[in-house]
Amino acid sequence: MMQKPNNMMLQTLARLIILIILSFSIYLLLAGHNSPGGGFVGGLMTASAILILYLSFDLKSIQKAIKFDYIKIIGIGLLFASLTGVVSMLFGFPFLKQFFDYFTLPILGEVELTTAMVFDLGVYFVVLASALTIILTIAEDDK
Amino acid sequence: MSNIVILPIIIPFIIGAILILLYKRHTVQRVISGITMLILLAFSVFLAIYVYQHGTVVLEVGGWEAPFGIVIVADMLSTLMLLLSTLVGTACMFFAFQTIAMDREKQFFYPLFLFLMVGVNGSFLTGDLFNLFVFFEVMLISSYGLIVHGGTGYQLRESFKYVIINVFASALFVVAIAWIYSIVGTMNMAHIAQRVAELDQAGALNIIAIMLFIVFASKGALFPLHFWLPKSYYGPPAAIAALFGGLLTKVGIYAIIRTFTLIFNHNPEFTHKGVLITIAGVTMFIGALGAISQFDFKRVLSYLIISQVSYMVMGLGIFTPLAVAGAIYYIAHHMIVEPALFLFAGVTKKITGTTDLKKMGGLIGTHPWLTWMFFIAAISMAGIPPLSGFFSKFPIILGGFEAQHYVISGVALLVGLLTLITMMKIFSHVFWGKQKHTEEQAKISVGKLLLPILPLIALTIILGFAAEPMFNYSMEVAQEIMNPTNYIESVLKE
Repeated sequence: MMQKPNNMMLQTLARLIILIILSFSIYLLLAGHNSPGGGFVGGLMTASAILILYLSFDLKSIQKAIKFDYIKIIGIGLLFASLTGVVSMLFGFPFLKQFFDYFTLPILGEVELTTAMVFDLGVYFVVLASALTIILTIAEDDK
Repeated sequence: MSNIVILPIIIPFIIGAILILLYKRHTVQRVISGITMLILLAFSVFLAIYVYQHGTVVLEVGGWEAPFGIVIVADMLSTLMLLLSTLVGTACMFFAFQTIAMDREKQFFYPLFLFLMVGVNGSFLTGDLFNLFVFFEVMLISSYGLIVHGGTGYQLRESFKYVIINVFASALFVVAIAWIYSIVGTMNMAHIAQRVAELDQAGALNIIAIMLFIVFASKGALFPLHFWLPKSYYGPPAAIAALFGGLLTKVGIYAIIRTFTLIFNHNPEFTHKGVLITIAGVTMFIGALGAISQFDFKRVLSYLIISQVSYMVMGLGIFTPLAVAGAIYYIAHHMIVEPALFLFAGVTKKITGTTDLKKMGGLIGTHPWLTWMFFIAAISMAGIPPLSGFFSKFPIILGGFEAQHYVISGVALLVGLLTLITMMKIFSHVFWGKQKHTEEQAKISVGKLLLPILPLIALTIILGFAAEPMFNYSMEVAQEIMNPTNYIESVLKE
C-alpha cells in the first residue's frame, strides 16, 4: 500500500469547490429544458462533485456519510422519466405531452414550472447514479 | 385511443425500473416479470386484432405533428411482429425461471430482459428513422448485458466480438441517417418515403439504401456479416440464446423489410432483385453448410438461424405479393420454431450436462415426450408438411419460380434438403443410439421444463393445419406493405 499522503490542501479546497460545482450542476439541471444544460450534464457534474469527495477523503468515510444505494436511484430516475409521459396519458393527451405555466413564488419571483423538468430530474438521477456506480465498481475492484 | 400503441414499450420500461428497485428480492422479481410478460402478450393480441379491424393506429408522441415529431405507428406488420416477439419473450421468461442459476438471476436478469423487450417492441412500432436507431441501441445495450450475463471466460471473449460488430454497425447506421437527412431533410419514415419517391430514388439514395442494408444485415446476420452469431449465441444459457435467436436477428430482418418496402422500392431491379437475392442465396447456402458441419447442439442451431433468416430476405427480394407474404409467414414460423429448438437444447443440457452431439444419445428411451416434441419442431424446421415450415417455404419458392428466379429457388430447395439432413443428424445423435447418460441423469424429470415450449410446438402445428387463414393474413400484410401509400397517408394525414 501507498503511504498515506498529506492531502490537507485537497481536502480544504474540495469543501469549497464542491459547493460551486454542486450549485452550478443544479443550475444546469433547472435551465435544461429551455437553454443549454439539462439532466444529463447536471447529473454528470453532480457525480463529479461527489467523486472529488471520494478522491480527497477515502472511500469508506464517504460511504458512511452518503448512505444511498445508487442502483436504486437509477430505478427511481427511470420511473420519474417514464411516469411523466404516462401522467399526460391519464388525462387523455398523447404520451410525453408537456405542460408548463408561470407561477409567482415567494423570494424567487415569477418562475416557469414545466413537466419537462420532472423528466429531466429523472435523467439527472439516472446519470448521476450510473456514473457513480460505474466508477465505484472499478475503484472497489483492487482488493 | 392512439395512446394504446405506446403501451407495449412503456409497460416493460416501467416494470423494469421497478424491478431495479427490488433487485435484492428475486422471488418478487420473478412474479412481477412473469405477470408483466403475460399482460404484454394479452395486450399485443388485442392490438393485433384492433389494428386488423380498424386500420393503422398512429400516435404523435408529445402532440408534435407528424413530419416534425416522433410517431409511433402500429400497422399490420408491426403488430404481427409485436405479437410474435412477446410470445417468444413469454416462453423464454417462463423457461428462464427454471433454468437460470440463482446468482445470475440476482444480477439484474429480469430488468435487462424487460429492457430488451422495450427495445424490440419499440423497433417494431416506431415510425421515425432516428428513433429506430434509439430503440436498436436500447435493445443492443440490454443484449450486451444479457450475453455476458454470468461472466464466464468464453462469454466475455465472444461477446466482445458481438459488441464490436454491433457498435460498428450502429456507427454506420448514424452515418446513413445523417446522409439521408442531408438529402431529404426529414427523419419521419413516411415523409422520407414520400420525398424519395419524388426524387425517384436516384444517385446517392441507392448508396444509402445499401448502407442501411449493410447495417441491418449485420444485425440480421447475413453473409458476409454473419460470423459473430454462432460463437456469441453459444455462450449464454439456453433461455437467453433462445430469446436472441428468436428476436434479435428478426429485428434486423424487420428493419430490412420495412425500409425496402416503404422507402427504397423504386429501383427493385438493383436493390431487391440484385443485392437482396444474391446475399440471401449465399447466406442461405453458407448457413446450411455451417449447420451440417457442426457437432454442437447450440452451434448447429445458430448456423440454422443464419440460413433461415435468408429465406425471409429472399422472399422480400423476389418482391411479388406472393413471395413477400411467404416471407412474413416464414418470420412467424421461424420465430416460433427456432426458440423452441434452442429451449430443447437447454432441456437436453439439463439432462446430459453437455451440448456436444457426440456425447449424447439414447434420450428416446428415457425421455420419450421430449423426443417427440423435438421431433415435431425439427421436421417443422426442415419444412415437412403439414407443419408450418412447409407452408411458409412453399409460397416463397413458388413466388421465386413464378418470377423466373430459378437459381435462388433451386438454392432454396437444396438448403431445405440440407436443413432436413441437419435436423436428422441432431435427432439421430441425441435421441437414437446407445444411452450415453447415467442412470441418475435418466431420472431427471423435465416435464416442467417442457411446459413453456408446449405452446410453441402447438403453434407450429396450428400454423400448419390452419395454413389458409394464416396465409390470407400474411397476404393482407404483404399487400399492405407493398402499397406504402396507406402507411404514408395514415402517418401524414393527407
